[in-house]
Amino acid sequence: MSAFAESEAKETFVLNLGPQHPATHGVLRVKLTMDGEYIAEAEPVLGYIHRMHEKMGENRTWAQFLPNTGRMDYLHALAYNHGYVSVVERAAGIEVPERAEYLRVITAELNRVSSHLLWFGAFILDLGGFSPLLYAFDDREHILDLLESVTGSRLTYCYFRFGGVYNDIDDNFVPGTRAFIKRLRERMPMYHNLVTKNIILMKRLQEVGPISAEMCRKYGATGPVCRGSGINFDVRKHEPYSIYPEFDFDVPVYDQCDSMARYMVRMDEIEQSLRIIEQALDKLPEGPVMAEKVPKILKPAKGDYYHAVETARGSFGLRVVSDGTNTPYRLKLRSPTFSNLSLFGEACQGMLLPDALALMGSLDLVIPEIDR
Amino acid sequence: MIDYLREIISGTWSLFVGLGITIRYFFQPVVTVQYPHQTLPMTPRFRGHIELVKDEETGETKCIVCGMCQKACPSNCITVNGEKREGVKGKVLTEYTLDFTKCSLCGLCVESCPTAAITFSKDYNLAGVRKEAYIFDLKKRLEAKN
Amino acid sequence: MYVDPEIIRLLAFLIGVIAFAALNAAYLVWLERKEAAHIQRRIGPKEVGPFGLLQPLVDGIKLMTKQLIVPAGVDPVLFKIAPILVMVPAIMSFVTIPFSDTLVARELDLGLLVIFAFASVNVLGLLLGAWGSRNKYAVISAARVVSQNVAYEIPMLVTVVTLVMISGTMNLSKIVGLQMGGFWNWNILNLSASPLMPIAFLIFFVCMLAETNRAPFDMAEAESELVAGAFTEYSGMGFGVFFMGEYANIVIGASVATILFLGGWDCPFGLFPGVHWFLIKMYFLIFTVIWIRWTFPRTTFYGLLNLSWKILIPISFVNLILTSAMLKVF
Repeated sequence: MSAFAESEAKETFVLNLGPQHPATHGVLRVKLTMDGEYIAEAEPVLGYIHRMHEKMGENRTWAQFLPNTGRMDYLHALAYNHGYVSVVERAAGIEVPERAEYLRVITAELNRVSSHLLWFGAFILDLGGFSPLLYAFDDREHILDLLESVTGSRLTYCYFRFGGVYNDIDDNFVPGTRAFIKRLRERMPMYHNLVTKNIILMKRLQEVGPISAEMCRKYGATGPVCRGSGINFDVRKHEPYSIYPEFDFDVPVYDQCDSMARYMVRMDEIEQSLRIIEQALDKLPEGPVMAEKVPKILKPAKGDYYHAVETARGSFGLRVVSDGTNTPYRLKLRSPTFSNLSLFGEACQGMLLPDALALMGSLDLVIPEIDR
Repeated sequence: MIDYLREIISGTWSLFVGLGITIRYFFQPVVTVQYPHQTLPMTPRFRGHIELVKDEETGETKCIVCGMCQKACPSNCITVNGEKREGVKGKVLTEYTLDFTKCSLCGLCVESCPTAAITFSKDYNLAGVRKEAYIFDLKKRLEAKN
Repeated sequence: MYVDPEIIRLLAFLIGVIAFAALNAAYLVWLERKEAAHIQRRIGPKEVGPFGLLQPLVDGIKLMTKQLIVPAGVDPVLFKIAPILVMVPAIMSFVTIPFSDTLVARELDLGLLVIFAFASVNVLGLLLGAWGSRNKYAVISAARVVSQNVAYEIPMLVTVVTLVMISGTMNLSKIVGLQMGGFWNWNILNLSASPLMPIAFLIFFVCMLAETNRAPFDMAEAESELVAGAFTEYSGMGFGVFFMGEYANIVIGASVATILFLGGWDCPFGLFPGVHWFLIKMYFLIFTVIWIRWTFPRTTFYGLLNLSWKILIPISFVNLILTSAMLKVF
């Protein structure tokens, strides 16, 4: 796992944070040039899980690409589903009924909460605390059970369709979700007492891994990374889509720029997602969940279409170029984590290795999404 | 100096609060299900591998061998074959093979079937040792179930 | 043939001590897994034997059947001696520990000094093992462990000096003797000697955690998981012996803390003192050590050293000065 090569000019050696990790980073290789204890350069090496999703997009029909969207970032799969069906609906001019929009938002926000809970557990596991992971997974099991009763899957959802969703919810979903919201709101103070206010964690995260706002703009980092550096950008508020304009929620922005700020942004986002879900459950209308008259063989008009959604990791953008046939001509997926990771090389110069690991954990990396 | 002392005191207090939380969970019941000894029922919408639905009237499948599921599948897992028989309107199903090693449980096949002849099963106990065990012959499974 | 009863007594103690140490090393692993599991709201080992009690035996059999890989370039002597150097001092320290007023292998007048002398050898074993492994990263890791141990020995010894000043002796049995008669006599609540006594206990406990390389101070095992640890080149039983040495050290540390601060074999209400109280208090402290491991994240190396040099040492020196002042005045 460790390689050793010395260079004559400076007293540096190359250390390989190999593709296999004991922590949950996925198959990411980082070539670190270490100057004693400090990192001189860091170069992430990607491609270990490149599965050619964009190429597959060119060889599948529009509907056949749907399972792929759930496999890119499997932790927030429904948002990726949402992005893809939205861009195709924009291309083909399909109207989505209201109940379907509400169901999309509710399930996507539940998925966002589960993604943030898993990130929380894995991040603290990286830093050496083993128990908060299992407490977070306990809460996450409730979300997974709720989403399983609706979509049938626990992780890689393929629930959205062009013009609506695959099926309607059953009777237990709304009371179950309300009970879950109540339960999680009662558990959040416990997480803050156990983890956020813990002096060891505060020393580990405060003023560690500063990422300035200019660095975020330079590399195009979005999501909690840029919101932890003071940039107020959330696709749900600034390029609104679906029915998000109807909900009243805040976008947490912290400007300390350190790992603690990114951590707090995600914890506050959990609470805001719970608010959105509550409002959506209150306003859930009756009606069909699928648009009528969606052609079985979809052939959108020729053109170039773009749509972005806010995932747990940032702004996921899709660009489709349609040439009027039943397969896309080009499908470009803009992965938020790729932009977030690209600032790692510059941000971790001169840092100690454990601080760089805390920074990497706070970026919330899901490598299959980077490599697509 | 005062800040130094205040940080020590508040830091030590936060450690004790954390310890209090974990010891509270120590005395609470476990939340895990001891799997082989206890099992949980699957929800009605759970997506196991697909299976053929038995038509109550004829006792056979509802499949009309239109091939829509085969065309809809993104991974080419489904192979459907049928033949024309004397005196029977439409095609009769002779072979329905699902290559479960490639299936992604997306549901496009179930959605595209015009006669609702296939549905998701609730089967999740699928550990095996040979790849051939995962090429399911759904017609044979349907006959075995009756 | 005349056999000196003293020799028989010493032999019995030798066997007893080794058995106690080995049993503890094996079953503390079981206790740790069960306690960690219940903190995380799951059941730990349960299939092997009732309540998973046979799990350590089965794990031991597994470790013993593993191939003892000795890498080609290692220093043969150092590599093989290092686990022994870690295990032996821990077991030797059991010689002076009084489990009750009659159960002590050898009551030494300098018992406390003997224990701390042996504790320092433990670090030497780790460093030699890493050096003998001929692995640059193991040496860096071990060097960090050495600086961690040195930094935390100072507050520990200063606190112990405070206690020796109060008790007037280094003989462990006599130190306990001065605390008999109920929990208000125990050194942890001995506020007439120094108002900072409970804080001295906390400092001693934290230093004990750092000396035995337990979380949140487990740099040697864990943070280096991305680079290399001090034990990388050890496999199978070699690693097992290091592991047992760590648990033996925890037992020694908990025993010393019990003797110095919690009254040894004294009953909290002074009624029925005996070895059972010693064991109860010792296991309560071990339970707390495990509880701390599964609650907190790890500190960074610099945070660790800062904690010692900037916080623990000043406070322990303040305690020392205060105690000596109060002893002089009152």
